[in-house]
Parts: sequence; C-alpha cells; structure tokens
Amino acid sequence: MKHLLDLRVLRVEHLHPDYVLLVLTLPGQQLPDMQPGQFVEVRVDGSPSTFLRRPISINRATPDELWLLIHSIGDGTRRLATLQPGDTLNCLLPLGRGFTLPERQAAAPGEARHYLLIGGGVGTAPLLYLGERLKALGQHVTFILGGRTGGDVLQVEQFKEIGSVCITTNDGSLGEKGFVTQHSILQEGRFEQICTCGPKPMMQAVARWAHERNVPCEVSLENMMACGLGACLCCVEDTRHGHLCVCKDGPVFNTDELKW
Amino acid sequence: MANLSVHIGPLRLATPVMTASGTFGYGLEYADFVDFRLLGGIIVKGTTLHPRQGNPYPRMAETPQGMLNCVGLQNPGVDHFASQTYPLIKDLPTNVIVNVSGNSPDDYAECARRIDALEGIPAIELNISCPNVKEGGMAFGTTCQGAASVVRAVRRAYGKTLIVKLSPNVTDIAGIARAVEAEGADAVSLINTLMGTSIDIERRRRRLSIGTGGLSGPCIKPVAVRMVWQAARAVQIPVIGLGGISSAEDAIEFLMAGATAVQIGTANFLNPAVSGEVARGIDAWLNAHGVADVHDIIGVAE
Repeated sequence: MKHLLDLRVLRVEHLHPDYVLLVLTLPGQQLPDMQPGQFVEVRVDGSPSTFLRRPISINRATPDELWLLIHSIGDGTRRLATLQPGDTLNCLLPLGRGFTLPERQAAAPGEARHYLLIGGGVGTAPLLYLGERLKALGQHVTFILGGRTGGDVLQVEQFKEIGSVCITTNDGSLGEKGFVTQHSILQEGRFEQICTCGPKPMMQAVARWAHERNVPCEVSLENMMACGLGACLCCVEDTRHGHLCVCKDGPVFNTDELKW
Repeated sequence: MANLSVHIGPLRLATPVMTASGTFGYGLEYADFVDFRLLGGIIVKGTTLHPRQGNPYPRMAETPQGMLNCVGLQNPGVDHFASQTYPLIKDLPTNVIVNVSGNSPDDYAECARRIDALEGIPAIELNISCPNVKEGGMAFGTTCQGAASVVRAVRRAYGKTLIVKLSPNVTDIAGIARAVEAEGADAVSLINTLMGTSIDIERRRRRLSIGTGGLSGPCIKPVAVRMVWQAARAVQIPVIGLGGISSAEDAIEFLMAGATAVQIGTANFLNPAVSGEVARGIDAWLNAHGVADVHDIIGVAE
C-alpha cells in the first residue's frame, strides 16, 4: 500500500555544499515498510518555479527514520536543502519496484553471494540501504563509489560499516583516478550480481562491463516523472516489452530488459 | 449535506467531480488515496482501436504552475482493455467512462462499438482534441466539419451516453460545441490541453521529443473558465469543465461559469487524494453558504 504522509524533519546534515541529508520521521507512528531501490515523491513547498513533486531515492529506512539524500541542482532541490528540524515534508511513498533481494538469508557462508554495488554522485544514495539489507541477509557486499572530486563521495564511513569500499574520482582527489568502471577491483574480484545507480552514461558503462562478463546487472533509472504512480505515462523507458513506466515498473530494471 | 448529484444526459453522477483522462490511469493506481464513491466518475486513459506505443521520451516538461506533455495516446488497444483491464474496474463504485481516440471517423466508431458491448461502461468521452498525435486527435477537433464527422459516425455506432472532449486550440469554441451538439452528443467536456513548447536554453533545443506538447495545470485555468462560459451559453447539453482545477473553489468557479460537472486532471499528480477532497470541499462550501443543491450555483455567474 502507498501512503501520503506529512513527515517531520528530525535532523538535517549538510554533507557537502551541494548535498544535504534529511532524516524524517512519522511522529507517534511507525513508517511503512520500504524496499531498497524504491523512492519517495516529495512535495516542494515555497518554491514557485517547482510545480511537480520531486522523486528522491530512499537512502535508508527503519520503522522510525527515513533518510533522503538531496543533491541541490535546481530550485526545488535547493529549497529542500533549506528545511530545518521540526519542519514538515509531504511525502508519497513507497513508490516503484526496488532491487531484487535474495529470497532468504544465507544459512552458511558458502551460500552467500558476492554483490558489487556501483554508484556515482548522488546515485550512491539507494546503495547504502541496499547494502545494509544485503548484509543483514548474509551476503557479501563490495561498493565502488564514484565522484567528480572527493567531496562528491558521500557517507563513506557508513558504507564501510557494511562492506569493502572502493572509490574513484575524476580528478584523483580521493581513491583511484578515473571512472568507476576503471577501478582495479574489477580486475581482481569475482562478482555474482551487480547493482548500479548514477548518471546514465556511467550506468551504461557498468551494464556493458557486466554483460561482457555475463554477470546479472540491475540499474536504477531516474527519468523525469510526474505522477509517480504509473498513471501519466511521462517517465517511460523504451524496453524489450515496450514503453514501461520508470515510476511503477521500475525504477530498477534488469539490464536485459533495456534496449541499451 | 447538500444535493451533489447531477445528470450528464441519461447518466447520473453521485457528485459533479470526475477525474480527467490520462491523469488517473485506470483508477486502480489511485485506490489507496480516493474513495471512489465521492466521484461522479473516472475517465480512464485514452483508448484506441489498435495498441499504441505513444511518443518517445522525453514526454514531459515542467512549466510555471503547469506542465507540458506529449505522451501521444500510449495504450494497449480496446481489445486488451476489454479483456484485461475492464474486469478489474467494472465494479468500482463510480461511473467508469472510457476516453476514445482514433485516426478516422470509422476508427472512432469501431472502438466505440466494442466499448458499447461492455455492460459496466455507461459512457464514453470522444477525444477529438489530442494535440500529440500526427493523425486524428486534434485534427478533428479544430473544425466544425471535422468534429461533426466523428460525432456523426460514433453516434450511429454507440447508444449510451456520449461526451465529446473539445480542444481549446480553436478560434470559435461556441461553433464547435454547437456542431457537436447538432450531431447528437449528450455533453461536451472542455478544455483539453493547450498546445505549447519549452526550450532548454543551455542545450539550445526543445525539451519534448516531438517538439510540442499539451499544457495543463493551474496556469490554464482562466482560459478554461472562459471557454466553459462561452460553450455553456452556446449549447443546451451539459458542459463538463476542466483545466487547472486543484481545489473545491476552482471547481465551483467552473460550475458558476456554467459547467454541470468538472474533471480533475494534472492536480492528481501533485496530490493523489485531491479528487475526493474537491468533492467533499464542494459540499462544505455549499453548506457554509446555505445552498441546498449544487444546481443552484450552476451557471449563476453574471
């Protein structure tokens, strides 16, 4: 079931001049169950040029807290970055189909699969929640986090609590210099599932890498959308099954479904 | 509680509030948010005789107080609708109305005939005003002759309540409304979207895949109220008003302009519960103003 809720801002963490983490709660109640890869459509009040809701991926979710990592790139997201503790944020949630999780917990270490989660920029946001859930299910998790500069690589300490963390930056200011698909771990490691979120060219490069090695790959798309519910058909992606709604049939797709 | 029930031809609506085609899916998408009994009807996604993939992405551009779309009638076709979707929605506790589009009068008529066979669909809305398809659509809705030709063909094929959705991209809305009435339409609904475009100045290109799209949202409301006013004074059949309605006050404005019922469109994207809230809000407004029957405010604006 989907919900339309007025959530309360509990904490605001300015991780970087362009990124803010909003920690939200539902006073007196538990938040609905949310899956990694699902998203929230938030209403942006007080920004006259922002008409539609803004889709924001779920950075972390517990019954008591919802974490949304906001990249301030336009009027709407800049307005969200000015929210203060105690403010209210109207949220439509949880939306879409998330990443595929193992059906059950790995009973023995030998049953655990090795997941490689690759994110670029604010696209790393849903991978934190995904990694956390995969770890709880007994899986091995490796992250590759990419950014233009070191400042764009966020929440590194939290990622390190979940699995091993590899970093690439375009300018070499943190981790290895280059793109996520150039990281040395890709030569060494053996991975059974790849999940990625970030700029489309990055995800397409990851998908190609995975396809060449026959590793299943799920990507999280962020086409512009309006309703978030599969009604307006604005956010469609051209897939092997025709035009599918990123908001309802995605945002996570297996790359085999896409015409990439 | 005031009387909110109105009639569109032979069709009784529990309230004057409906949801507009293309903004409410097949209703089920909104089941978590709306008590359908509060609605006069839901008008489901535009349906054509054959399946359509619609236009390529990007299909949407945000504008001040509105949005442009060029979805282009993506739908699985009338037979898929009848076999797969209809069983899921026929028993919803409101009028389920299908919006019908086509490339030719015969196309429209055949699609309407197949929907006529569905017992649970008491009405159709003919879309002669879609700005986002090359053939048909708005081409029929911008001349009196074109509009009349489609309505004539469909009226012969379809026996239940027939609503015709008009385009605002015309110079004489009253003339089109009269032409449609003369061919036997039970009601007209207006306005569909206004044709527009938007340019990304950094990339020096238009934002929508086909260049232009239909503008909707609060920014078009004054145009819509004006056209509803003109149409309501030109015809005897009921007028259904839409265009930028997002509150009970907006809806009442249309009713006072002469609309017998209204449709909520783009506002569903901002607040999925809005249609039910507007229906409740109209009731509250009537009660607060001592009006016992919604008919007492229809067309009262001087």
